[in-house]
Amino acid sequence: MALDARIPEGPIEKKWERRKYEMKLVNPANKRRHRLIVVGTGLAGGAAAASLGELGYEVLSFCFQDSPRRAHSIAAQGGINAAKNYQNDGDSVLRLFYDTVKGGDFRSREANVYRLAELSVNIIDQCAAQGVPFAREYGGELANRSFGGALVSRTFYARGQTGQQLLLGAYQALQRQVAAGTVRQFPRTEMLELVVVDGRARGIVVRDLVTGRISSYAADAVVLCTGGYGNVFYLSTNARGCNCTAIWRAYRKGAYFANPCYTQIHPTCIPRSGEYQSKLTLMSESLRNDGRVWVPKRKGDARSPDQIPDAERDYYLERIYPTYGNLAPRDIASRAAKNVCDEGRGVGPGGLGVYLDFRDAFARLGRKVLDERYGNLFEMYERITGDDPHDVPMRIYPAVHYTMGGLWVDYDLMTTIPGLFVGGEANFSDHGANRLGASALMQGLADGYFILPYTVGDYIAHGGLAKVDTSHAAFRDAEREVAARTDRFLSIRGTKPVDHFHRELGALLWNDCGMARTKASLEHALREIPPIREAFYRDLRVTGSGEELNNELERAGRVADYFELAELLCFDALHRNESAGGHFRVEYQTPDGEARRNDDEFAYVAAWEWKGPDTAPALHKEPLEFQYVPLQQRSYK
Amino acid sequence: MAVEARAVVRPGRVSRAGALWRSVIGKKALMAVTGAILFLYVFFHLLGNLQIFTGPEQINRYAALLRVSPQLLWTARVILLVAVCVHAVAGAQLFLLAREARPVAYQDFRPIVSSTASRTMIWSGLLILAFVVYHVLDLTVGVVNPSFQEGDVYHNVLATFGRAVGVIAYVVAMVALGFHLWHGLWSMFQSLGFANRRAAPTIQRFAVTMAVILTLGFSAIPMAVLVGILRP
Amino acid sequence: MRIVLEIWRQRGAREGGRFVRYEVPDVNEHMSFLEMLDVLNGRLVEKGEDPVAFDSDCREGICGTCGFLVNGEAHGPLRNATICQTHMRHFSDGDTLRLEPWRAAAFPVIKDLVVDRSALDRIIAAGGYVSVRAGSAPEANAILVPKTEADRAMEAAACIGCGACVAACPNASAALFTGAKISHLGTLPQGQPERPLRVLSMTTQAREERFGHCTTIGECAAVCPAGIQLEVIARMNRDFIKATLGYREDAEPVAVVPRTSALRGHEAEPGRGQDRSVRPDQPAQPNRTGS
Ligand SMILES: Cc1cc2nc3c(=O)[nH]c(=O)nc-3n(C[C@H](O)[C@H](O)[C@H](O)COP(=O)(O)OP(=O)(O)OC[C@H]3O[C@@H](n4cnc5c(N)ncnc54)[C@H](O)[C@@H]3O)c2cc1C
Ligand code: HEM
Ligand code: HEM
Ligand code: SF4
Ligand code: F3S
Ligand code: FES
Repeated sequence: MALDARIPEGPIEKKWERRKYEMKLVNPANKRRHRLIVVGTGLAGGAAAASLGELGYEVLSFCFQDSPRRAHSIAAQGGINAAKNYQNDGDSVLRLFYDTVKGGDFRSREANVYRLAELSVNIIDQCAAQGVPFAREYGGELANRSFGGALVSRTFYARGQTGQQLLLGAYQALQRQVAAGTVRQFPRTEMLELVVVDGRARGIVVRDLVTGRISSYAADAVVLCTGGYGNVFYLSTNARGCNCTAIWRAYRKGAYFANPCYTQIHPTCIPRSGEYQSKLTLMSESLRNDGRVWVPKRKGDARSPDQIPDAERDYYLERIYPTYGNLAPRDIASRAAKNVCDEGRGVGPGGLGVYLDFRDAFARLGRKVLDERYGNLFEMYERITGDDPHDVPMRIYPAVHYTMGGLWVDYDLMTTIPGLFVGGEANFSDHGANRLGASALMQGLADGYFILPYTVGDYIAHGGLAKVDTSHAAFRDAEREVAARTDRFLSIRGTKPVDHFHRELGALLWNDCGMARTKASLEHALREIPPIREAFYRDLRVTGSGEELNNELERAGRVADYFELAELLCFDALHRNESAGGHFRVEYQTPDGEARRNDDEFAYVAAWEWKGPDTAPALHKEPLEFQYVPLQQRSYK
Repeated sequence: MAVEARAVVRPGRVSRAGALWRSVIGKKALMAVTGAILFLYVFFHLLGNLQIFTGPEQINRYAALLRVSPQLLWTARVILLVAVCVHAVAGAQLFLLAREARPVAYQDFRPIVSSTASRTMIWSGLLILAFVVYHVLDLTVGVVNPSFQEGDVYHNVLATFGRAVGVIAYVVAMVALGFHLWHGLWSMFQSLGFANRRAAPTIQRFAVTMAVILTLGFSAIPMAVLVGILRP
Repeated sequence: MRIVLEIWRQRGAREGGRFVRYEVPDVNEHMSFLEMLDVLNGRLVEKGEDPVAFDSDCREGICGTCGFLVNGEAHGPLRNATICQTHMRHFSDGDTLRLEPWRAAAFPVIKDLVVDRSALDRIIAAGGYVSVRAGSAPEANAILVPKTEADRAMEAAACIGCGACVAACPNASAALFTGAKISHLGTLPQGQPERPLRVLSMTTQAREERFGHCTTIGECAAVCPAGIQLEVIARMNRDFIKATLGYREDAEPVAVVPRTSALRGHEAEPGRGQDRSVRPDQPAQPNRTGS
């Protein structure tokens, strides 16, 4: 079955305007009679809840952290793109649109990407008005930098804390609505089930993480902005709490899951130092401007780096990609690092790392210049590893960073379940197979401030919503199901903590469905996941009870869902017989090792439908057409 | 966990001074202002007292001079009294408030940068208060002075410091005053909003200098009596 | 290396607590402090004991979720860093470390090292924002902000809301946190219209939350992982005094967000049929540009 994204007719630059014009409006006096649930308080959820509150709806806002301000968006460092063309360097909405479609390796929806580029401009206005302390020029105008290999300077930033400052802007707007009484917030509350009544999303079941109480909330529409699922790999640059539970529950209730296999792996992260590692830390890509990446030529060379003469070093990026060298794009640099480590030439504990060496840059530019550029990053590196990059080369290794897949949504960001909307990283929209730097923040805020407030309103205005409250049988059933799941984790009384199983799953997925995937590796993963999952349900130990703050219990639920998602991820990767962006299938590469797309057979969004446990999911395709950006092959040689 | 919030309106309008007194920041500002008045008083009091080193005539003349105008004297006394009351009551209230703000104390708490002076303001303040009461009874009213003679300040002071009790009481109080001002004079600027990162080191240097000058200056008198520089 | 831990264990908000001694004999110096606790917890679970509850999320010092005292120092011995950024190489073999939760009337302990910091959210809700509706903002470059001021605003805005300042302050004052937000918004032209009301509302809220007052002790800035400086408090004080003395009869009264018993958990269906004193179409703080 082909999926209908309900993209408005007309030329691309008029589509969103047209869509907004066609929308029905809700009578302002009636808005407060409509209750909306927004799960997630990151850029997407925080902005959506605040904006919907401003419009006058009754909004319930949920997050699992102890404060909405702590959503994972807080960690973004680099910046946010917008087609303001303040630098007069030839940027435009059209160019940002073009770059994003191409960057996504032609696996995103043109109409959405165009709208994103169009709205990027308003985002900056909005955030500046909120008091986000963006970097400025001496003349008082907003400053920009170039990011992620873009040829124009369109990235706005607030020191190295752009995500934090944008999120605080949204959080403050949200708190303003809380004080005004339009938004009620529920921190430390985790959504564990979606409730569907008469085919429409009508509420959620949550667990109060402090008291353990399971309860339901009914609403006229549900918006999920619950972030990405990179933690399915256990180790990633995501925060510890990031999870797929909200979208996974929605998937099981009938929302389609699109492109789960598109995973972005970031080449410059600090390698893991041991078995106990709980997360990986991202180092800014900008380091590659002056650092040179190398490994020893000889396998298992255990000498310290300063003992290895130049002749015995392999500056492999410069060797393989003479034009781009150390600046090769994320996916290419990541794969190259993996290859040299697989050959046994990796450095550091476990051989999973490559050097990023500033020796030559220090000699050429001097310590002072480099410290001005990267001083804070050097310090951060030293704090974590105990090594001073002034004396020894940094060690880096790729790590999972962002997930392009997510719940399938139409142009209005509505899923296949009417009344269920998804924004931010949790949906699959705008980035295609690969995300450009500084564009996730842009997408989250576009969804939250400028798209969802309109499209949710349109859905409400169309009416037909029967009166439903939590006494409805669907809520009772869902609550019972959630309680049973919780009890199950507590009653296994095995011997191993949750992390044990999560680690095992993550390692398997990383090896078999990470930077390079093959048919064989994916089949291997699909064979190996069920036994780990069974062990999990047999040998898990969750202490304590369900009636208190219980971190282990929370994690057990999240990991249980990750097991199922992991299978879908491999399943999707196995079916996509091409390489595109964050999905690299070893069988499909050009003779010189580049990703080879297959536009004839795979220029579509793969949206998966849950068919029950132990049953293969059903594939639905949304064909992708490229009218404005002609299909072309990426090349970085 | 549900956090509900509705805006409610705090009723009642009060005068500006009342508004300052009601709020903790305002109360602190009032303490700073009264503290400044008290500081100015002790500063000039020290200058006056040091005249004792020039002999009995000079200091007694000075004391008589202070009494030339009863109106002026009493205005000053009332201002000082009000200042001390406001300062002490506010200080005590804020101290109690801080105790309420942390009902369960830490088992183990390690200050990193703060001075002992800053953490013991209430105690140095109370010591000063007790001292002032004793001091007024001693040298102004004379009831606790071993041989009080109205108008002969030189004699009275020497009578007080002729006894170990007197010397100890005064020196302890002077050290307390030093501690109090070491932190108080810096905090005063912060409370009134005049401090910033560039001015802070200067303000802190000023506070320390003043605290030392006042402590040593005042203590010089009992010490001088003790070692026999000042003799009846 | 071998590390001995004395950790505050408290089952719930209404129960008493005590220090319990644990030993981790095989700590790797490259572990982060929280990873060391993960290891301890893993072993406790395997033994069927309740693991130590502590908060964390980003584990890179930006989200402000983590935090407790290590040997009497908020966020441990490393300056300008959160406890999640502290690695075990900063400790020595055989060290005994005492872990204690933030303690303040405004931060009730939920469990072990986890406390409820929602009071900080309510301080922001009382006025820590610029009122601007989505979609109504002017062109961003229409309001110019001198670079030095933008940088200064950014410095103050860097607060991660961890609460260490409160924890370390002998008066349990939230002055550094509140002052940081007031300085951030008060430095920018966008924050000017609401500046007097913001400082009155936020400081009143801080008082309602039972935070103490500031006596310039300075421990807060010493432990602050975001490097917030004491001058933000001076700035808040000045703004407050100005706003109070400039109090006009027709100025809006100060709005206060009520402190709800946050530990009560969810109502069965809160809000149902409840008469809200403020309706969305009648914002609580109309034209707050007044003063
Ligand atoms: C280290 C790092 C650096 C980055 N840097 C950049 C950058 O420079 N530029 C850029 O554009 N992008 C960057 N990104 C990507 C970007 O930060 C994220 O994609 C984006 O912030 C996601 O926002 P979000 O609103 O979708 O979700 P999040 O911010 O992840 O928010 C998710 C919310 O959902 C809630 N939630 C989740 N599950 C549940 C549940 N079951 N119940 C209740 N609540 C739930 C959480 O509490 C949270 O509030 C970076 C990402 C990382 C990891
Ligand atoms: C000569 C007498 C005194 C002088 C010159 C003086 C001066 C000061 C000054 C300048 C401050 C700083 C105010 C601020 O931080 O804004 C201060 C604070 C304080 N004073 Fe005094 N003071 C005197 C007497 C007293 C007395 C009698 C008490 C008795 C209770 C007292 C209690 C305090 C306290 C508790 C503080 C700390 C206030 C705070 O920081 O919260 N002081 N004093
Ligand atoms: C060695 C130290 C001091 C000496 C010798 C000294 C001396 C005196 C004398 C002689 C008088 C009486 C004056 C008169 O009645 O004419 C007096 C009054 C007074 N002194 Fe001091 N003093 C000392 C320190 C202090 C200090 C430290 C304080 C404050 C903290 C202080 C506060 C006062 C006050 C409040 C009065 C009463 C003033 C009045 O009459 O209204 N003195 N002092
Ligand atoms: S001011 Fe510093 S210590 Fe206080 S909450 Fe903010 S970041 Fe934490
Ligand atoms: S430690 Fe406390 S007293 Fe003030 S300066 Fe900091 S809030
Ligand atoms: S866990 Fe985020 S700051 Fe420590």
